[in-house]
Amino acid sequence: MIATSVKAKINGLPVEVPVGTSILEAARSVQVEIPTLCKHRDLMPTAACGLCIVKVSNSRRLPRACATAIEEGMEVWTHDAELTRVRRTTLELILSNHPNACLTCGRNGDCELQGMAADFGIRQDCIPRYVRELEPDTSTGSIVMDFSKCIKCGRCIEVCQEKQNVWALSFLQRGIQTRMAPAGDISLSESPCIRCGQCSAHCPTGAIVENDETATVWEALRDPDKYCTVQIAPSVRVALGEAFGYPPGTDLTGKIYAVLRRLGFKAVFDTTFAADLTIIEEASEFVQRFVHGKGELPLITSCCPAWVDFMEKRYSDFLPNFSTAKSPQQMLGVMAKTYFAEQEGIDPARIYQVSVMPCTAKKYELERTDEMFASGHQDVDVVLTTRELARMIKQSGIAFKELADQEADSVLGTYSGAGVIFGATGGVMEAALRTAYHRITGKNLEKEAIDILPVRGLEGVRSATLNVAGNEVRVAVAHGLNHVETLLNQVRAARERNEEPPYHFIEVMACPGGCIGGGGQPYGVCDELRKQRIQGLMQSDAAMPLRFSHENPEIQTLYRDFLGEPLGEKAHKLLHTRYAARAAYKR
Amino acid sequence: MYKLRKIRFSYLIWETFCMNASALAPMETMDPELRGMVERCLQEWEGREGNLIMILHEIQNRHGFVPREASLFLAEAMGIPMARIYEVLTFYHYFKLIAPGKHNLTVCNGTACYLKGSGRLLTELERRLSIKDGETTEDRMFHMESVRCIGCCGMAPAMVVDQKTFGKVAVTDVAGMIERIRLQEESDA
Amino acid sequence: MPESVPVKAFQELLDAVPQVLFEQWIRIGMDTGGIAAGADRLWDVFEKECAVTGVEAVLQRTGTCGYAYLDPLVELKSSGHAPVLYGCVDEPLAVRIVREHLLGGRLIDDFVVAPRRRSKDLGEADNIVLVKDSSCEGEDRTATAQSLLLKALRHHGLQDRVQVVRALDMGIYKEGLVVQLLPSGVTYTNVLNRDLERIVEQSIRDRAIVEDLLFNEPDPQTRIVLRNCGSIDPECLDDALRHGAYAGFARALGQGSPGQTIDCIRESGLRGRGGAGFPTGTKWKLTRDVEADLRYVICNADEGDPGAFMDRSILEGDPHSVLEGLMTAAYAIGAGKGYFYIRAEYPLAVKRVELAIAAARKRGLLGKNILGSGWDFEVEVRLGAGAFVCGEETALIASIEGKRGSPHPRPPYPSVKGLWGKPTCINNVETLASVPWILTNGAKAYESLGSGNSRGTKVFAVTGKVRNPQLVEVPMGTTVSDIIYKVCGGVQDDVPIKGVQTGGPSGGILPEKHLETPITYENLQKLGSIMGSGGMLVMDENDCMVDVSAFYLKFCVDESCGKCAPCRVGGYQMLQLLLKISRGRGSEDDLVQIDRICEAMQSASLCGLGQTAPNPVLSSLRFFRDEYSAYIEGGTSYARKRKKALSEGKSMKEAV
Repeated sequence: MIATSVKAKINGLPVEVPVGTSILEAARSVQVEIPTLCKHRDLMPTAACGLCIVKVSNSRRLPRACATAIEEGMEVWTHDAELTRVRRTTLELILSNHPNACLTCGRNGDCELQGMAADFGIRQDCIPRYVRELEPDTSTGSIVMDFSKCIKCGRCIEVCQEKQNVWALSFLQRGIQTRMAPAGDISLSESPCIRCGQCSAHCPTGAIVENDETATVWEALRDPDKYCTVQIAPSVRVALGEAFGYPPGTDLTGKIYAVLRRLGFKAVFDTTFAADLTIIEEASEFVQRFVHGKGELPLITSCCPAWVDFMEKRYSDFLPNFSTAKSPQQMLGVMAKTYFAEQEGIDPARIYQVSVMPCTAKKYELERTDEMFASGHQDVDVVLTTRELARMIKQSGIAFKELADQEADSVLGTYSGAGVIFGATGGVMEAALRTAYHRITGKNLEKEAIDILPVRGLEGVRSATLNVAGNEVRVAVAHGLNHVETLLNQVRAARERNEEPPYHFIEVMACPGGCIGGGGQPYGVCDELRKQRIQGLMQSDAAMPLRFSHENPEIQTLYRDFLGEPLGEKAHKLLHTRYAARAAYKR
Repeated sequence: MYKLRKIRFSYLIWETFCMNASALAPMETMDPELRGMVERCLQEWEGREGNLIMILHEIQNRHGFVPREASLFLAEAMGIPMARIYEVLTFYHYFKLIAPGKHNLTVCNGTACYLKGSGRLLTELERRLSIKDGETTEDRMFHMESVRCIGCCGMAPAMVVDQKTFGKVAVTDVAGMIERIRLQEESDA
Repeated sequence: MPESVPVKAFQELLDAVPQVLFEQWIRIGMDTGGIAAGADRLWDVFEKECAVTGVEAVLQRTGTCGYAYLDPLVELKSSGHAPVLYGCVDEPLAVRIVREHLLGGRLIDDFVVAPRRRSKDLGEADNIVLVKDSSCEGEDRTATAQSLLLKALRHHGLQDRVQVVRALDMGIYKEGLVVQLLPSGVTYTNVLNRDLERIVEQSIRDRAIVEDLLFNEPDPQTRIVLRNCGSIDPECLDDALRHGAYAGFARALGQGSPGQTIDCIRESGLRGRGGAGFPTGTKWKLTRDVEADLRYVICNADEGDPGAFMDRSILEGDPHSVLEGLMTAAYAIGAGKGYFYIRAEYPLAVKRVELAIAAARKRGLLGKNILGSGWDFEVEVRLGAGAFVCGEETALIASIEGKRGSPHPRPPYPSVKGLWGKPTCINNVETLASVPWILTNGAKAYESLGSGNSRGTKVFAVTGKVRNPQLVEVPMGTTVSDIIYKVCGGVQDDVPIKGVQTGGPSGGILPEKHLETPITYENLQKLGSIMGSGGMLVMDENDCMVDVSAFYLKFCVDESCGKCAPCRVGGYQMLQLLLKISRGRGSEDDLVQIDRICEAMQSASLCGLGQTAPNPVLSSLRFFRDEYSAYIEGGTSYARKRKKALSEGKSMKEAV
């Protein structure tokens, strides 16, 4: 029989862990934290920083705890005078290759390198500083890469290449000249980068950060001529709290509404409302394709701008499969500057629409195509990520935790549980199916069948077959772009053989876990954290009386008073968009 | 504030540009001759595992360097990310990304040559050609670089001029080498 | 025991090789060094001259026999004489060789290189007397001795039978006048003018040894790896087969089991010649013991140490021995595919290995069902592309896979999870080239050479401030001073030796006082150096240890893959500190920082490159700290003077 676990000792403490567990992980099981700057819980070890060296009984060398599996009978020592001394020198070396600019850095106070330097009590620059000056890359407008702050841990490259399969970032050159950059002397915006921001979410330092637009928002808020409105995305409510010491997954919707009003926003909307709107359009689209055979199957969701960009660059043969429905952010933007403006009698030119998103790619979506100006103005003016909002709240001096819950503003504030789960992988699918079922059968799903469990979870690709009024509906969900290819290849193969597609409906989210794991969310994302955030959304959904998008009264009013029919002429003009193939490399 | 506007602005320009340019992917402007050559290199190594470096070697051998279009073409044809190709190209110092000079003057900087004064040869070359180590003259006539041991330690210090190795080179020989090439070029012209 | 199929098949293959004995031949040493010195032009000259003069001689190309300082080398056999080696041959000399030596039967003065054979028995018909004054001081007595010898010969009426030739190099140094009789190889040293008469009378006329003059010391060299270099045509499989190539492999394949082959190599005590010295047989066994459907063998020919050219010379001189070694390794561990990973900077070696592979495949030594044994094996050449770190096993594997040559953490070791995740055995060129000799001559014969846990021979590339830079192959346990003084003729210009660097950028410096140390893996390690791949750099009193340390460190900084912080940043920062000191702006505190960085690099670097990069610095600090102190105390004015002296190749005293 093959042993499934190994017994070993760490600092004299016995441990028993599954075969293949790294020394680093094994040490955590006995409450020993081995310092590391390159190993991220979410990623494979890159063995770059050299801080996690340990002593083991059967070797004179000092293996890296992150990349060495603990073996049966191994005795490991993680901390002694020599190890600490070597780690300290190594850390000083890393610091000597990093600008001394903490006070003006985007990661000040939330930086792993800074934290490590503080823990080691480094008080002096013993080794002269050498930093290669390179212009920061601001070309994407979503993320800012400052190469000089990079410690070459390799996380961004691991996540960009392996997790996301984007391959925008790579290690170029070697030795002290090594840097992470797109292939050749091009900017990020000329590369296949889809601005998902996963690199920034995993970066241990300020080398890759979101493009901070808080100053723009502050300025807008102070401008008396502007009527500032705001929307918050579903996944923001369960993650923002982490920045204020709440356990991950805590739903803070009411507090967030309250703080946004305090910050000076005149109307507080919820993107979740628009998620319901998206579902109405998308489900209608699905029914049209599935029942009436108008349009390509499978229908593929398009709420995620990073995924849209990826598809346009990589899988342009799937353009006709894409749902033309805009993302909730853009739908809310256009509704705010048309419907809301009309209702409230405000000049839409005065409305300044801010959206708070878990995502850096959303910053790109604002100007993606002409359709993003459907209201006659730029529908959404600026996007803040969750991290930026947390920063604004802290700047404002508002005691966030003490605030009493408030409600969102009508007419774009009521939402259903179906909209809430948009933030989790599989959520869009689940929400759409709830409404599509109704559209096809004329009835709602039974109470116990509302949770469509097969599409939930964290496996990279999940598929399910549902029986809708005697019809078999085959659906699939993928998250993390490295999982998309297999799925699409199945569809392509069927297409080539002229067979029926293996799926009717596919949901794709670029970031692992969906929006709750977005590139603009608080740091430290790993599967454990993703589960907690998803749990937060699912609980909120389950607790809501309203669980179907089509039952959202505000949505019903909206169609009746303003939009007309789903997929109708006005809906089409305001709520739908187009896609075009693009070259991955512009140079 | 200015900086932020600038970001948005440049980004818009890019998008406008690429809307027009997307149809004109860099690969499609590729020189057909180069394309044919790359295709031949690909064929030669087709189906063999880990063939990327060998294909790049072939391209450089035939073309003198690995142009960006060739990499883009390779990425497409081999189904591997462009980033992988550039990771490899920039890691290995043997590969060149831009056209080298017409004549290559290489100084061996192995230990034996270093100890026997290869540094002085380098300085002399830099002085005579008015370029630095690893650079090419403006007329693209000469390229000079110091390289790792070329294996002629018995004849240190050694130089390679256009594939031909010279041993026991004295500082005073350098001027003559350059002059000979210049005269040859002039008579060819 | 009945003959097995492979042995029989090999015998048939051997029988088909034409056994031609040429009366006259010319072998030109056409390795990279020889060609750089003009060997390719010599080929044309010889070809033309032979045609013009009507001399019948076969032209052959060979690799180098190791005497790099005498390139280009031409060995020639004329009908009347034993083979003679000429060094420093230029085009006019080639013409003379054809006309005077081949046609006229007269050896040419001042270019003959004496064989390193030192016999105690006189042969039947010594017809050549080589003479050379080996002392470096005073008047050169060679010419006088020649005329005295001639006179004596005439006196005895031997002048028509025996020639007296002034030699270019005797391989014996500081032993006064040296006289060697050929073809027997009897050598007399410290010969005085009055002894010459005796030599002629006793040795040539009466065929008796002149005991008091006899040079009894054997040459320190033993040629196992270089056994065929310089004597076979590396581009001709027949020639290699005539010299015994593939015989050992065929026997192993036909008569032994893989286990026996591994045992044989283990018993021989052969250790990896790439640097670390891991026992080769054990490595093979480890790889064989891992369950797998496919295993790989790789020949690591990414010789990157600056100043080392052993592997290149072996590949260019005797590629078949390396291929045979690789095939044996593959058979022993059960590998189905092998790779040669060769530096792209060695085009000639690449070409010769490719030719060797093609020729072996054509004769059924490679491919399917090798020699009818039912065993399949294929070999492919892959090129390096200018990255020293690819000599590291995991980086080399990444490079063959077509990726950046960044090392990976070990374990898993390549023997468990290597190329494409399969067990992989990587051996260095020299290690593999030793294998056929061990198979043919037995593990005992190999094991009998050497000292302590270091058995067999080692090839060194001796360069730097040595009189005769060359390839040297000596048994393990030979002292450094024997190599330098007895084989390489001591120091250039007779400036005293300051130290000898072994192991290249991963090694250290042995100061003059430790030159009597017998070379073994353990001894070198004790002195803070390593065996390395075999570069041996001799430095004299004029060289500056701070400068040399900075040179090696700069090499490692340039070659660092950049993956791990201790090596990437540590190497760079330490180099800056060294350069600061060598500009005269350093302080004692800088030395403290250097020590700290060295420790971090050694302990926390991922691979051997980073772990050993501080060695040259540490070793120079250990033995030559006073030179660092001189810079620190002397400040910028000292540094300027030192730099000037260095650039003029003078000592500090002369320069100031």
